[in-house]
Amino acid sequence: MMGFIWFWLVAIMIVGYVVLDGFDLGVGVLHLFLVRTEAERQATLRSIGPVWDGNEVWLLAGGGTLYFAFPPLYASAFSGFYLPLMIVLWLLVARGVCLELRNHLDVGVWRTLLDGLFGISSALLTVFYGAALANVIRGVPLQADGYFFLPLWTNWKPGASPGILDWYTVIGGLVALVALTLHGALWLVLKTSGELEERASQMVSPLWIVLVTLTVVSLVATIAVRPSTLNNYSAYPFTYIIPLGVVASLAAIRYWNRAQAAQPLKAFLASCFYLFFMLAGACWGLYPTLLPATTGEDRNITLSHALSGHHTLSVGLVWWTLGMLLAAAYIVFVYSRFKGKVDVSAEGR
Amino acid sequence: MTSELIHRLQFAFTVTFHYLFPQLTMGLALLIVALKTVALKTGGEEWDRAARFWGRIFGINFILGVVTGIPMEFEFGTNWARFSRISGGVIGQPLAMEGVFSFFLESAFLGLFLYGEKRLSKKLHWFSAVMVWLGSWISGFFIIVTDAWMQHPVAYDLSTGGQFQVNSFWKLLLNPWGLLQYIHNMTGAVVTGSFVMAAVGAYYLLERRDLAYGRIFLKVGVIAGVISSIAIVFPTGDLHGRYVARHQPAAIAGMEGLFKTESGAGMVLIGQPNEETGQIDNPIVVNDVLSFLIYGTTRAEVKGLDQIPRDQWPTALPLLYYAYHIMAGLGTWFVLLMIAAALLLWRKRLYTAHWALWALLLSFPLPYIANTAGWMTAELGRQPWLIYGLMRTSEGYSNTVSAGNGLFTLLGFMGLYVLLGLLFTVLVYREISHGPASKARIAEAVHAD
Ligand code: HDD
Ligand code: HEM
Ligand code: HEM
Repeated sequence: MMGFIWFWLVAIMIVGYVVLDGFDLGVGVLHLFLVRTEAERQATLRSIGPVWDGNEVWLLAGGGTLYFAFPPLYASAFSGFYLPLMIVLWLLVARGVCLELRNHLDVGVWRTLLDGLFGISSALLTVFYGAALANVIRGVPLQADGYFFLPLWTNWKPGASPGILDWYTVIGGLVALVALTLHGALWLVLKTSGELEERASQMVSPLWIVLVTLTVVSLVATIAVRPSTLNNYSAYPFTYIIPLGVVASLAAIRYWNRAQAAQPLKAFLASCFYLFFMLAGACWGLYPTLLPATTGEDRNITLSHALSGHHTLSVGLVWWTLGMLLAAAYIVFVYSRFKGKVDVSAEGR
Repeated sequence: MTSELIHRLQFAFTVTFHYLFPQLTMGLALLIVALKTVALKTGGEEWDRAARFWGRIFGINFILGVVTGIPMEFEFGTNWARFSRISGGVIGQPLAMEGVFSFFLESAFLGLFLYGEKRLSKKLHWFSAVMVWLGSWISGFFIIVTDAWMQHPVAYDLSTGGQFQVNSFWKLLLNPWGLLQYIHNMTGAVVTGSFVMAAVGAYYLLERRDLAYGRIFLKVGVIAGVISSIAIVFPTGDLHGRYVARHQPAAIAGMEGLFKTESGAGMVLIGQPNEETGQIDNPIVVNDVLSFLIYGTTRAEVKGLDQIPRDQWPTALPLLYYAYHIMAGLGTWFVLLMIAAALLLWRKRLYTAHWALWALLLSFPLPYIANTAGWMTAELGRQPWLIYGLMRTSEGYSNTVSAGNGLFTLLGFMGLYVLLGLLFTVLVYREISHGPASKARIAEAVHAD
C-alpha cells in the first residue's frame, strides 16, 4: 500500500515538474527564433521571470522525495546515469544564470550571448529529459549488485548493453522537444499580445502536426522495445482511458487554438493534460517496476526492493501532504498576482 | 588519483563554492527585513531604496545559490551512491523536506519581492521580504539537520536489508548536534551579511558618494555585526566546541593539535602540527585553557590523538588544524573590529574615522574565509567517517563511476564555476558602482512587472 502511494506521489511531482517547468523550457527554445525586438524579448522573458525558479523546485522536491522514498533506486539510477546527469546539471546552471542575469547587463553583445545560451540550454534540456524517460522505459543493464553504468552511446540500438542514446531514446528526446516547445508556444499565446502573440500562435499548428506524428511513432516504438508495457493495461482494461486521454488532449489543443474562436487558456490546459497523460501512461506501463533491467527481469528494481522503512514513509505522508498544500497555496498566490498578459508597452529597455 | 579521492574533491569543491552564496543570502535576508521594517514604520523613501538596492544584489547572489545548489542535491546520488542507498531512509527525509517546505516558499516570495513591488501593497511587499528570509533560514535548518546526522547519528534503526531507517522523526529533527550547529552557522551567515553591508557603506563614505545610504548601511551593518560577531564566539562557538569534544574526541584533538592526552591541556595559539614527530613545531601555548574551555575546570583531562587508534585519526590532520585556527583567529578579529566600530558609531564618530572605514572595507572577504574554514573543520574532523562511527568514507562513494569520468566532471565544474564567479563579481561590482540612487535602476525596479 505504502509502495503504491509513494510511487504515485513521486509520479505526481514529476508530472508537476514537466507541466510547469515545461512551458518555461519551451519559451526558452522559442525565444531563439520568435522574438524580433528587445521589447518583445523583455515580454517573453517577463512572462516566465517570476515563476520559472518555483517551477524548477518541483525537480528538486521530486528528487528529494524519490531519494527518501526509494533510496536504492536513487542510488542506482543517479550513479548509473552519471554522465548525462552531470550534463543536465551544467545545462541547468547555465540556463538559470543566463535567464536571470541578462537584465543586469546592459551591454548588447553580452545580452545576445546569454540569450543564445539560454535558448540552446533549454532545447538540450528538453531532449535530455525525453531521452531520460525513454531510458527508464527501455531499461538499463543492471548488474547483480543493483548498480550499472551507462556510457553516452554504444551502438545506438536498445539491446542488452545499450547507451544513453539509441534510436529509441532519441525518439523520446524529440517527443519532449516538440511537446514542450508547443507547450511554451501556447503559454506565449496566453501571456503576450500583439505581433508576438500572433507569431507564437502561428507556430502551434506545424508543431502540433509534428507532435501527433511523433506521439504515434513513440507509442509504437515503446511497444516494440518493451512489450510488457501493455501488461497492466490488459490486466485493467479501463486504464486504456490514459491513451484515450492523450488523443483527446491533442485534439483539444488543436480545437481551442483555431484562428476563429481561440481560447488560449483552454488550449494551454489541454497541453498540460497531454503531458500528464503521456507521463501517467508511462508510469502505469512500468508499475510496479521502477527501473527495468535489460539484463534479465529478475534484476529489475521494483517497488518492494526499493521502499524505505515504514515509519519513514508514514511520517512522510503527513509532512508531504502538509508541505505540498502550502506549496500549492503559494503557487496559486504567485500565479494570481502575475495573471493576465505581460505589459510590453514599456519603452524597449 | 583514485576514484574515492575524485569524488571527495568534487563534492568538497562544489559544496564549498555553493556555500559562498547561501551564507550571504541568509544573512542579507535578515538585514533586508530590517531595512524594510524601518521603511514601513517611518515611511522613509531612503530606506526603501536601500532595501531595493540590496534586493538587486540579493537577486544576483540568490540565483548563484540556486544554480550551484541544484548539483548538490543530485551529487548524493551520483557521487555517493552506496552512502545514499544505506542512509536515504534517514537523511532523504530532511533533504526532501527542504525542497517541499523551503524552496517553494523562497522561490515564490522572491519572485514577488523582486518583480512585484508595483503590484503589491507596502505591507505585502514587506511580508514577502519576511517570507524570503524565513524560507532561507528554514532551508538552512534542514540542510544542517542532514549534515548533523552524518556528524552525530541519532534516531535510527538498522533494517534487515542493512539500511538505516528513522525511528523517531522528532529526534532526528531535534538532534542536539544539529541545533547547536544551526545557531552557530546562522550566526556565521549574519556575520557575512553585516560585514558585506558595512563594507559597502564604508566604500561609499570613503568615495564621498551616496552619503546618506553609506550611513544607513554602516549603521545596520555595524549593529548587526557587533551582535553576531560576539554571538559566534560566545555562546554559539563555545557550546558547539564542547559538544564536539564530548562526541568526536578525534576531531577536537586534531583541531587543537593535541597529540598527547593531558590534564590541564593548553591551547595552541600558533604552531605547526608535525605528524611524523607527533608534536607542534614553534608553539605558543596558553596553559590549561583548553581543559577549561571544554570542561569548565583547568585540571580536566582532554583526550589526545595518542588514545585514538591510528586508523581513526582525521585523514587530513594539518588541514583540519589550520582550518580551525583560521576560523577561531578570524572570530577574534571580528569581535575586536566590530566592538571598536560600534563604539565609534555610538559616539557618532564612525562616519569620519577613516581608519575604521578602511578596516571595515577590507574585512569583507574574511567572514567568507571563516565560514569556509568552519565547514572544513566540521567535515575534515569527521573523517575517516562518512557517517560518524557507522560508515567510512571509503565505503560510501559510487564505485561504479570511474576516476576518469569523475575527473572529467570535476574539471567541468571547475571551468563552469570560474566563469560563474567572474560573472558574479562583475555584476555585483556594477550594482555597487551604480549605487542605490541610480535613476535608471530605480525606474526599472518600480516599473518591472
Ligand atoms: C563567520 C564565521 C565563523 C566564525 C568567526 C567562527 N565560526 Fe565556528 N563554524 C562556522 C563559522 C564560524 C560555520 C561555517 O558555521 C561552521 C561549520 C559547520 C557549522 O555548522 O558551522 C563552524 C563550525 C564550528 C565547530 C564545529 C566543528 C565540528 O563540527 O567538528 C566548532 C567547534 C566551532 N565552529 C567553534 C568556533 C569557535 C570556538 C569560534 C570562535 C573563536 C568560531 N567557531 C568562530
Ligand atoms: C548539509 C550540508 C552538507 C553535507 C550533507 C555534507 C556532506 C559531505 C559529504 C557526503 C562529503 C564527502 C565525504 C568526505 O570526504 O567527507 C563531504 C565532504 C566535504 N564537505 Fe561537506 N557537506 C555539507 C556541507 C558542507 C559545506 C557547506 C561545506 C563547505 C563550505 C562542506 C565542505 C566539505 C569539504 C571541504 C569536504 C571534503 C572533506 C574531505 O575531502 O575529506 N560541506 N561533505
Ligand atoms: C550538500 C549540501 C547542500 C545541498 C544538497 C544543497 C541544496 C540546495 C539547492 C538544491 C538549492 C537551490 C534551491 C532553489 O532552487 O531555490 C540550494 C540553495 C540554498 N542553499 Fe543549499 N545545499 C547544500 C548546502 C547548503 C548549506 C550548508 C546551507 C546553509 C546552511 C545551504 C543553504 C541554502 C540556501 C539558504 C539556499 C537558497 C538560495 C541561496 O541562498 O542562494 N545550502 N541548496
